Amino acid sequence: MEPTDTSKSDYFHRVVDCQWACPAHTDVPEYIRLIAQGEFTAAYMVNRESNVFPGILGRVCDRPCEPACRRGRIEEKPVAICRLKRVASDHRDDITGLLPKAPREKNGKRIACIGAGPASLTVANDLLPMGYEVTIFEQYAVPGGLMRTNIPAFRLPANVLDEEIGYIVNMGADLRLNSPVNSMRRLLESEEFDAVFVGSGAPKGKELELPGRHDTERVHIGITWLESIAFGHVERVGERVLIIGVGNTAMDCCRSSLRLGAKDVKVMARKPRQFFKASDWELEDAEHENVAIVVNHAPKSFVTEGGQLKGMMFEKLQYDIENGDITATRSLGDVFFPCDDVILAIGQENAFPWIEQGIGLDLDKWNVPKVDKATFQSTLPQVFFGGDAAFGPKNIIWSVEHGHQAAISIHKFCHDEAVQERMPRGVTLSSRKMGMHEWAYKNEYNGVERRLVPHVGLVERFKKINIEVELGFTAEEAALEVQRCLNCDVQTVFAAKLCIECDACIDICPVDCLTITHNGSETELRSKLTAPATNRSQALYVSAPLPQTARVMVKDEDVCVHCGLCAERCPTAAWDMQKSTIHIPHAIDEEVSACPA
Amino acid sequence: MSYINKPKVAHPSLPTNTLGMTRRQYEGSMSTLCAGCGHDSVTAAIIEACWGLSMRPEQLVKLSGIGCSSKTTAYFVSGSHGFNSVHGRMPSIASGANAANRRLTYVGVSGDGDSLSIGIGQLVHAIRRNVNMLYLIENNGVYGLTKGQFSASADIGTKAKRGDVNSSPPIDPVLLALTLGATFVARSFSGDKAQLVPLIQAGLRHNGFALIDVLSPCVTFNDHEGSTKSYTFTREHYHPAVEADFVPRAEEIAVDYAAGESIPVSLHDGSRVILRKLDPTYDPTDRSAAYSYIETKLKKNEYVTGLIHIDETDSTEFHNLNRTAQAPLNGIPYEKLSPGSAALDKLMARYR
Repeated sequence: MEPTDTSKSDYFHRVVDCQWACPAHTDVPEYIRLIAQGEFTAAYMVNRESNVFPGILGRVCDRPCEPACRRGRIEEKPVAICRLKRVASDHRDDITGLLPKAPREKNGKRIACIGAGPASLTVANDLLPMGYEVTIFEQYAVPGGLMRTNIPAFRLPANVLDEEIGYIVNMGADLRLNSPVNSMRRLLESEEFDAVFVGSGAPKGKELELPGRHDTERVHIGITWLESIAFGHVERVGERVLIIGVGNTAMDCCRSSLRLGAKDVKVMARKPRQFFKASDWELEDAEHENVAIVVNHAPKSFVTEGGQLKGMMFEKLQYDIENGDITATRSLGDVFFPCDDVILAIGQENAFPWIEQGIGLDLDKWNVPKVDKATFQSTLPQVFFGGDAAFGPKNIIWSVEHGHQAAISIHKFCHDEAVQERMPRGVTLSSRKMGMHEWAYKNEYNGVERRLVPHVGLVERFKKINIEVELGFTAEEAALEVQRCLNCDVQTVFAAKLCIECDACIDICPVDCLTITHNGSETELRSKLTAPATNRSQALYVSAPLPQTARVMVKDEDVCVHCGLCAERCPTAAWDMQKSTIHIPHAIDEEVSACPA
Repeated sequence: MSYINKPKVAHPSLPTNTLGMTRRQYEGSMSTLCAGCGHDSVTAAIIEACWGLSMRPEQLVKLSGIGCSSKTTAYFVSGSHGFNSVHGRMPSIASGANAANRRLTYVGVSGDGDSLSIGIGQLVHAIRRNVNMLYLIENNGVYGLTKGQFSASADIGTKAKRGDVNSSPPIDPVLLALTLGATFVARSFSGDKAQLVPLIQAGLRHNGFALIDVLSPCVTFNDHEGSTKSYTFTREHYHPAVEADFVPRAEEIAVDYAAGESIPVSLHDGSRVILRKLDPTYDPTDRSAAYSYIETKLKKNEYVTGLIHIDETDSTEFHNLNRTAQAPLNGIPYEKLSPGSAALDKLMARYR
């Protein structure tokens, strides 16, 4: 293998698995260390820089960081990254003085954002401090988008939303509530705005057209139903409720039902558990509340009598599964499930009835606008899309990242610069060495197990619809959980020319990451290391030839615990522990020429 | 030394031996030697060797004297027996322990100071008595614990860290052992575990005294330009003559060896050593030829490494010669061990 070029920002970025997996590239190890030091406000601000909504995401993020966490490969459970984010939010001081401020003098550029959800709010957050005038059009009387209408208050309280949305709106955004945009053509023709950002989400719940669907009013579309609960239009549900679908919306629907008077709630899944779309922790929370999850039942018809819903007929299925794929399906006959209400939670899509044809905005074969994957620009150069409106439903953290990227594009576009030419990511390294065996980070491996977040009791939590179930970590538990972080951003940096091949690092490494061997192909190297390097998603570091024998130092990044013992036992300081800081450019980092008149 | 201990966390797919133990379970306490010390690599090689032999920790006895080298017995196989003796007196303790219990496996770890200066009288008699043990000399040419004075193994012309040049001739432990009739003599290098680990395994299984002289650089006092025991010098003057592959008992020989270049040697317990000759003119079973070969190379400043001499046919092994009890003394009834004054009187009467 060629010697690894660590000067490219991606090499060390990938070692920080959580940060690499996060769509917005939140600097997770940095904020966890700040929490460990009791610097909650600073930890919050590190979060805010990339993910904008730490309080919200600390509760309801889809947390792609956690399955990626290296700790999960060493023990079973990853660091509770998401819940630590909430710790930073819960314990922070007033941060209003630390927020970016919009300059009094504006740059003369006006931006329209459609929908006051996370994507639009991120665009506003990035552009307001640069002198842009941002107008946000929101169809409802409150901002927040799907974060407010589709995530129940028992998971995400309104005051958390209000506070973090307020930080952005109070920078000087022109938030126009109760102002749906009904015509893109008219908006563009008004020439009021230099650019338009569409962050209107994926507001259309999928239908299930089966016999009897329209013979009753007790069949509800999940996301619309949740929205009605959020706005207080629905306050009751029948005693027996069936939820169709097993994604995260289904989990919110079943748990909401329990709070509106349902006694018997079943989530009906077509396939076995391994194919569920819902996150494991959302399934766990629902099952903890005694929701039954029924697998292998495909809906067949709605059974009604004189307009009264009696129940649903399902076909019971049996599957042959090989290597995670269904290879055959057999019917085991029909089964009837009685119920009073049915809630359909089988997916959602974006819908743009207000975008006219013939205005230059091209649609693809699924009738959604063509959007560039990197710049978020549509075929109308002044119109940008982001969040669920761009590529269909994802989650909040993706919306935020779309917002950041669209803001860069809008900034470039407004300055007549090519939106494709974007600042690359960068990396800087700085040694953590303080003395012979002292490092500016806590390098001792702590074997403590993942802490559990305390929940409100199973009786208390159902008394009101908006009692937040999760209580967040106590200070004591948080102090333990932070010690589980392996500090993957404190990198093992090797200087081949200093190595005397004494083997000290290899002998001390607790997880057998290191080997000095003769170079070869990647497959060859992976098979002859001290411990087998079978996880191909993790990089091998290969040094330049070593001075004495021309062999190479190979490091398998997979399960390195970043304890720094290799550097501590190295007599020549060929190994050093250096903190990598990954620079993720935002709109404000892009250098553009002066504003065109 | 390090401020933190080596964490207990291990690679999730670490292999296990026939006892179901991982290599990590053969470790000892954290080394307090200098970072980069060759001795730590020897420790790692002993761990690897014991793990590979699936040795029960309680079957092992580790013995040492005084010096940096003698500290290392604390750093491997923490579940074994150990005795840290007076400076240079480890062979006496080893002989006594051996006489008292021949069922255990004995490994002594010593250094060039402990073995070739203060303890040389003990070493030569342990070789002469053919005590059944593995005797490792971690040889770095200096007294590391007292700031790096030349030891008895320092070569003529080697330079101390402050610039003094040594003019006294060295004692070479390999030549010494060959003259005294040792039946297992090897030399290796701490930086070559591929060679060292099978040598340790074969040495542990050899029936009789097995000596391995391990060149183990002192990173603090003897790893500079002009030193003949530095990492660089050792690598440049390293001459593997005969490599040894260790094949445990009841295991098939998996590698195809070319005839003539390899010599299989069966050990007492049924395991085998396959000697691979890297220099075709070399014969590891001919003691006097081995002696002159080593001597010639040493004069050219070349360290011959590998299993230099082995003789499994020799019957002078300590227990054979001394007809020691098969059972450990602590397992023999007290009445038999100490038959009382009447029995003593009877014995004495024979000499009247």
